Amino acid sequence: MSALTSHLRNYTAAPVCHDIPINGQLVGLHDSGVLWWPDENTLVVADMHLEKASSYARRGVLLPPYDTGATLEKLAGVMDAFDPARVICLGDSFHDAKGSDRLPAPYRAMLSTLQLGREWIWVTGNHDPVAPVRLCGETVDEVSFGPLTFRHEPVEKIGSQETQGEICGHLHPAARVRRFGRSIRRSCFATDGTRLVLPAFGALTGGLNVTDEAYSMIFRRRQFSVFLLGNDRLFPFTASRLVGD
Amino acid sequence: MDAAHLPDRFQNWFASRGWTPRAHQLQLIDHLSQGHSTLLIAPTGAGKTLAGFLPSLVELEKRGKRKPGVAGNGIHTLYISPLKALAVDIARNLEAPVTEMDLAVKVETRTGDTPSHKRQRQKLNPPDILLTTPEQIALLLSDPASARLFASLRTVILDELHALVTSKRGDLLALGLARLRRLAPGLRTIGLSATVAEPDDLRAYLVDQPDTEARALAHLVQVSGGAQPDISILDSEERLPWSGHSSRYAIRDIYGLIKTHNVSLLFVNTRSQAEMVFQELWRINDETLPIALHHGSLDVGQRRRVEAAMAAGSLRAVVATSSLDMGIDWGDIDLVINIGAPKGASRLAQRIGRANHRMDEPSRAVLVPANRFEVLECQAALSASRRGEQDTPPLRNGALDVLAQHLLGLACANPLDALATYEEIRSSQTYRYLDWETFEKVLDFVATGGYALKTYEQYAKLRKGKDGLWRIAHPKIAQQYRLNVGTIVEAPMLKVRLVKSKADGRRAPVGRGGRMLGEIEEYFIEQLAPGDTFLFGGEVLRFEAIRESEAYVSRAKTDNPMIPSYMGGKFPLSTYLAASVRAMLADPESWKELPDQVRDWLEMQREKSVLPRKDGLLVETFPRAEKHYMVCYPFEGRLAHQTLGMLLTKRLERLGAQPMGFVANDYALAVWGLRDLSLLFSSGRLPLDDLFEQDILGDDLDAWLAESSLMKRTFRNCAVIAGLIERRHPGQEKTGRQVTVSSDLIYDVLRAHEPDHILLKATWNDAAEGLLDISRLGELLARIKGRITHTGLPHVSPLAVPILLEIGKEPVYGEAMDTILEEAAQELVLEALE
Repeated sequence: MSALTSHLRNYTAAPVCHDIPINGQLVGLHDSGVLWWPDENTLVVADMHLEKASSYARRGVLLPPYDTGATLEKLAGVMDAFDPARVICLGDSFHDAKGSDRLPAPYRAMLSTLQLGREWIWVTGNHDPVAPVRLCGETVDEVSFGPLTFRHEPVEKIGSQETQGEICGHLHPAARVRRFGRSIRRSCFATDGTRLVLPAFGALTGGLNVTDEAYSMIFRRRQFSVFLLGNDRLFPFTASRLVGD
Repeated sequence: MDAAHLPDRFQNWFASRGWTPRAHQLQLIDHLSQGHSTLLIAPTGAGKTLAGFLPSLVELEKRGKRKPGVAGNGIHTLYISPLKALAVDIARNLEAPVTEMDLAVKVETRTGDTPSHKRQRQKLNPPDILLTTPEQIALLLSDPASARLFASLRTVILDELHALVTSKRGDLLALGLARLRRLAPGLRTIGLSATVAEPDDLRAYLVDQPDTEARALAHLVQVSGGAQPDISILDSEERLPWSGHSSRYAIRDIYGLIKTHNVSLLFVNTRSQAEMVFQELWRINDETLPIALHHGSLDVGQRRRVEAAMAAGSLRAVVATSSLDMGIDWGDIDLVINIGAPKGASRLAQRIGRANHRMDEPSRAVLVPANRFEVLECQAALSASRRGEQDTPPLRNGALDVLAQHLLGLACANPLDALATYEEIRSSQTYRYLDWETFEKVLDFVATGGYALKTYEQYAKLRKGKDGLWRIAHPKIAQQYRLNVGTIVEAPMLKVRLVKSKADGRRAPVGRGGRMLGEIEEYFIEQLAPGDTFLFGGEVLRFEAIRESEAYVSRAKTDNPMIPSYMGGKFPLSTYLAASVRAMLADPESWKELPDQVRDWLEMQREKSVLPRKDGLLVETFPRAEKHYMVCYPFEGRLAHQTLGMLLTKRLERLGAQPMGFVANDYALAVWGLRDLSLLFSSGRLPLDDLFEQDILGDDLDAWLAESSLMKRTFRNCAVIAGLIERRHPGQEKTGRQVTVSSDLIYDVLRAHEPDHILLKATWNDAAEGLLDISRLGELLARIKGRITHTGLPHVSPLAVPILLEIGKEPVYGEAMDTILEEAAQELVLEALE
């Protein structure tokens, strides 16, 4: 059985989240890589990079055209489990600005079905700076609800007011743990308690190791935690225990 | 043919050198003149290379001088070798006869290093003889000018053919040959080869195959071997180790041998062994003999210096891996020392052939087994050598990823007719069993990715025209092809740069710009944490950091590296040697030749347990330190054992036997767990025959492969060769790490959505043949069916000691990744509670 279908099976059961406070709000980290905010009945998903394969195909690299399907199926499974009233797509939902235009009809229909009866917010990202075409939902550069702010790219400052309660994506965090001479690398959530970076949700999206310089602009050196995605659970580690690539 | 029929110029030249043409050289001229392709099998020192070129030189001499102002005749002879260094070396060697006979023959080389203006010129004004590599042939054939370039090609010489045909490069070359034969009807091929097990395979490789069952064969000229080599197994006073590959125990004996010979060549199987032996030798090198190190990871400049010093005769010994196995003449080596197990009889013969390039004198070699099992293997190899037995692998079935690459190349040259191309490809022995359906799938893959979901028509690389011919959609496709040509996909490498340690001032940034020491596999570095030490280039290094595509290291202040090795045993034990070792174990009469220590060990095994039978499988079970062990002895090589171990633990798990892990080496496999396996087997609750049932290669294998990192690495190679993902080129790495899509993710998506995709089939074929040794495992399971002997023991048996000692040294498998993560996480929890 593929990893994908086993995920689907799991999500039809009651979702289990790892609850943590961010800027005073209790949010749940889910092993699919989405964020669940129970008080607001809101589901947050980052960096889906839909139509990534076809974006490569345009340049002559004919990657399997199944990434959009795989990503949407996984999203459907998660939606089924949480039944959110509001969905926030945290940017880079499409791999390029024309991605939503290329979206094959069956997937467009699938996405529209998921949107039915829900508030849907597209936060713009560097890959998709424009509103998606022929799809419902409101497009914003960033949006705040209560103490949490949702934007694609984290503000590159540490400790300032605007970073308090920031929920973002963009970096595709991944972490590596070493044990018994073997190392395991997984996508992960990364947080210092005041802000949170979501892992990339897309089927063809890789990860950037949290030991990379890029993270030193948003977290104090090694003073943050990660939650590695596993099957049915998350594995928490402090950054000091992680190794680079 | 009689030497008298040679043109005068040649007769005089031979005479001036005090030589007479050898019989096989004349035979080759004879066969070629009658239009016959020919395989020449000859030992080193038989004048093989000259024999290969003589027919062409004779023909070119008859053709006479080119008239001034008239364009050249195109290439007359192609010489193809697996190593570009070899092509350059041969060009030098050809110079002498060509100049001395004053032949109007232009000889040039063309390799990846040839400057582009020269390559351009070669296409316009080709030399008579072009010395090159399989990749360059592929490149030339993708050129629209290829038809003109090769129209007058008469001969193709394939050097080191035995080495070429065992890899995907051999597949690429087979496809190239099929095309060359079509461009130049009447083309003759010459194969030059060391002794092999099945000469007919190579003979078939050289010629066009008919569309029938019958196999067409090239003519064969065989030069019988020179003097019988003088091989012995090191007889050390020291205690023979139970396990391990270090040969450290014998280092003083080895040093003694070096001292008493002029130049010794020390062959080891892995780079880590090379590093270790080199370091140990220098530790006791009281006389500071010039001893050097040579392996593929070292900086090229350093390797060239060692080679030059060797050729100049200023070295007493070189410790080398297979990087020195082949080809080039290293001067007067009078002793080959093979450290560790020989792994194959033919491999050993070829290595020993490196010593002494004169045919009539025996080469001298000493085998140094690293442990007790290796003594048996050395003994088997020695017997094989005395009988002249060979165990080179059988001919491959052509790989599909290579075919994909070739098809794109052909389309770059000219519009491609599918049916004609299919027939052309099937005329090569390597691809003759390719069915039309598979061919179509591969073509479809090249054109649009070959997905069942037909969404890429608009992005097609190849388009079928109204005339039914396939053309590339854009000139850019040809550019892309040229950047990706070739079948060697290097493991991603990082440069190793020496910097000042930051161990003292922890926060200080790592200094920049030290000396470059060489390259190392990315996956090895990934396993290291800053501060870990390892052996590289003969010194102990401390890993500091990764910066872009470089690994920063500093000199460590210790002699004992923490990470013992960066590569396991590289070659699997050949089936032939494995069978010999099994036969030897089963026959106490044959133990006479073994050292006392080994004989005692086997006697003890006979007393305490039983001996493995020749055609059966011995399974021992015993308790030890609150765990229960099962050890079996298939002797099928590490790869097959690893696969079997993975499958057995899966099956044991399902049967409720709670296995915890396993470890494998070339000879045996040990599985352990918490349940009493002896009881489970002897009570009949878990019949051994069921455990080793052949159907284990079905679903269990499939389930495991889904997650296997071996499979993902194989997929990556296939995807690069087939042109699905682009090769990483030097200088591109900086962005490459983030921009390229991970092939692991592509594999997951493809496997989930189109498990029958042609690239997954190619990956499976590769894995089954190479990495997982599934065919060999299948043969094993068939062989031992109904012949499994189980012995329940109160404690570990003598034969099981070596494999148990490897637990902790070798990676232990069978633990799910999540379990490891969980344990790591729990450890932290406990730490936090303290």
